[in-house]
Amino acid sequence: MNARSFALVALLGTSVLSSFAVAETIVLRGATVHTVGPNGTLQNATIVMQDGVIAAVGKDVRIPTGARVVDVTGQVITPGLVDAYGRLGVTEVDGEAATVDESARGLPYSAAFSVAEAIEPRSIRIQVNRAEGITAGLVAPEASMDSSGLGTIIAGQASFLRLKPGMAIDVRTPVGFVFTYGEAGADLSGGARSAVLLRLRALLDDARDYAANREAFNNGARREYTGTRQDLEALQPLLAGKAPLLAEVHRASDILVLLKLAREQRLKLVVIGGAEAWEVAPQLAAAKVPVVLDVFENLPSSFEMLGATFDNAARLNAAGVEIAFSYAEHYNPRNARQLAGNAVAHGLPFDAALAAITRNPARIYGAGDTLGTLEVGKTADLVVWDGDPLETSTLTMQVYVGGEPVPTTSRQTLLRDRYRTPRGTLPPAYVHPTAK
Amino acid sequence: MKPYSLLVALSGGLLVACAATPPVTSSAKAPAPTVAGAPIAAPAPPAYASTYRPMPATNTLLRGATVLTGTGERLENADVLLVDGKVAALGQGLAVPAGAVAVDAKGLWITPGIIDAHSHLGVYPSPGMRSLSDGNEATSPNTAQVWAEHSVWPQDPGFGAALAGGVTSMMVLPGSANLFGGRTITLKNVAGRSVQDMKFPGAPYGLKIACGENPKRVYGEGRKMLPSTRMGNMAGFRNAFIDARKYRDDLAKYERDRATKPDAQPPTRNLQNETLAGVLSGEIIVQNHCYRADEMVQMLDLAKEFGFRIGTFHHAVEAYKVADILAANGTCSAMWADWWGFKMESLDGIRENIAMVDAAGACAVVHSDSEVGIQHLNQEASKAMAAGRGMGLTITPEHAITWLTRNPARAIGVADRTGTLEPGKMADVVLWNGNPFSVYALAQKVYIDGALVYDRHDPAKQPISDFALGLTPAGGAR
Repeated sequence: MNARSFALVALLGTSVLSSFAVAETIVLRGATVHTVGPNGTLQNATIVMQDGVIAAVGKDVRIPTGARVVDVTGQVITPGLVDAYGRLGVTEVDGEAATVDESARGLPYSAAFSVAEAIEPRSIRIQVNRAEGITAGLVAPEASMDSSGLGTIIAGQASFLRLKPGMAIDVRTPVGFVFTYGEAGADLSGGARSAVLLRLRALLDDARDYAANREAFNNGARREYTGTRQDLEALQPLLAGKAPLLAEVHRASDILVLLKLAREQRLKLVVIGGAEAWEVAPQLAAAKVPVVLDVFENLPSSFEMLGATFDNAARLNAAGVEIAFSYAEHYNPRNARQLAGNAVAHGLPFDAALAAITRNPARIYGAGDTLGTLEVGKTADLVVWDGDPLETSTLTMQVYVGGEPVPTTSRQTLLRDRYRTPRGTLPPAYVHPTAK
Repeated sequence: MKPYSLLVALSGGLLVACAATPPVTSSAKAPAPTVAGAPIAAPAPPAYASTYRPMPATNTLLRGATVLTGTGERLENADVLLVDGKVAALGQGLAVPAGAVAVDAKGLWITPGIIDAHSHLGVYPSPGMRSLSDGNEATSPNTAQVWAEHSVWPQDPGFGAALAGGVTSMMVLPGSANLFGGRTITLKNVAGRSVQDMKFPGAPYGLKIACGENPKRVYGEGRKMLPSTRMGNMAGFRNAFIDARKYRDDLAKYERDRATKPDAQPPTRNLQNETLAGVLSGEIIVQNHCYRADEMVQMLDLAKEFGFRIGTFHHAVEAYKVADILAANGTCSAMWADWWGFKMESLDGIRENIAMVDAAGACAVVHSDSEVGIQHLNQEASKAMAAGRGMGLTITPEHAITWLTRNPARAIGVADRTGTLEPGKMADVVLWNGNPFSVYALAQKVYIDGALVYDRHDPAKQPISDFALGLTPAGGAR
């Protein structure tokens, strides 16, 4: 199985055909452009989006004939924001199990479990968050427990999703394997951290043995494995270092254990959570292990987060650790930019904060070649803001995915418009969306 | 708004202290406190009374700041004088009184202390251990008899973190598992050894009640008992108030009869009905967890049936749909800036909710309901302002600050003492390093009753809870 296989599931319905019609060349002129790339920030710059990619970005840019030029003078452009760890498309209303596909109870499978094919591209959450600048995201499965009280050791495969409008799903799987460690992980393995590691090592050992002895396995000539055939097969990209272990872990000493385990097992590792990661920043930097964190996690919320602090991001960055930000509430990845702003208030340089919600998460999940910065040849996923993108007072003006404008209306804006005053004489139920 | 004296009487005596005598719900008849039945000269403080004392304070002149007064005004290059724990004066070029310290606040912003009308600090503290989880007495749909203050753990490190976010007062509520969750408690955000040390002197009690999904899920789904539906919720509310009304009437009858009928008996004391009777008399403010617009209208009808007022709808994610009705009823809405979609009754949450409630002339409050959100309520207000701007509403900082100070003070019944910077008000003040509606703004100094209780640049002026002691990092800002 090819870990980098690119699955483009295009379920064409009549309503989406128009969005695949001849792509317009669009030019955005006059904005301050944070490229988050080698060119840094450009004032009064122009961006040309052609055939879904950035054809030009800079100050002296030739405008192609026939292009639609949009004046965005005084506004600010950034790459599209990336939800660094979320559930977009697989969870709609957390409290309603029928709308939640991020985990399954009582399955014999673990690593084989993938969220990719459950994704609903027309999800209200996607609509709302995309209209406010989220253009891609990591879609993670969640660990679950069976009736015996034992949980999945690997929750499953994470997908990287681009938030294209319509029914076309642009998703890459697996971009990581979710592994819950620390207090929650221990709870899934009978209550002890050591049990988690024991189970994980056994599983990885079996996956290696299986890969080297598929024929013997199929002939019933191997020992009993701890995972199903599907799990052992699914784990091969992890063992080959093609997709990282996405380890949910907070405690500094737990992170050190996982760094050791990653070395021993030759796994790529990404720390998810990492409230105490700043305390082992040099080790993380040396091992080139990125940390996806929530800037707002500054309280000693548990005994594995006693060292939580607002300074986490700034300290990790200063030590050379690659960081990305993930907002705790999965319905609101649009607030990742607020996290970035708070990190700046607590000492993180602005450019590093912006990178933590654009370039870094794209790169961590293997999309760095095409997404995350505004450079010629990269996919034209970008956002136009009416001010500093990290400011809570700033509004999203335009969003482009693959060079095409994304609707800035959402179910939320429709609700707003139906109840805004002055209202007509008919009940709000007769206020309908205008065709767009 | 209730006059101060009434509030003091309420909290200090009547509903609280009548351990030996039946409760009296009329504020005019406060019995003299007694010890062993004998009148004493210096009345002992009643049980559960506030023991809050302001920290030592130096009179202070904050000079040259942009001041948002909380009354809707903005003063440029202005001074704020704090004397004897009160706001003494606002203006330009005020003289430094003898013995007062002057603080150069040029380029800085001053606001009243932020007030969170919806917090669970202390009752759902950090760390979130099962043994510290004391916010929901989820054992019966009606637990009007419980008081949040009896659960508050003063060592919650969240108090210090909230202080670093400029929060000087808050109302701590029981959770929303029950129809009647219990009494709320209003605290000054000071480090105390007991919750009594934190109790806002004279603040009225609130009663937490909850509409919607939570009670019916906890009891109907969880225990197969009433309520399992929204109509069950309403029946539960109505039955309880019918009981409470009888309790109140029996008590009133006893009060009428006791002078003339030696054998008159008071009703057996009942903590549930005592609290509900306080609601019926208007001495306890109803704090109603309610998401959906249609349910808010139902609750207003419940209030109409039993003749009480609903002070505030909490969460109120659909308040924008009935903002005119809320304005007409004088009911506040305490709201998040952008929480939505985590359960069915929150699906219709929109960013413009706060701004639309405000624009309708209703009382808009930005609340947290979160140990995280309470640390940056200013940013939440900022997002709500931006959403309002996006739909064409003009919302100035001097207006938006009222969502964080004056309006929550009104919602919890302390607006006559704090929430604005006006002479005579408590000197609850925040000095910000810039426009507080910027994501980059941080509180530099926080004053409560004139005392400097937090200074970002002076570790000695940062409270560290017992729990956080020895942890790294330990400071309030963490």
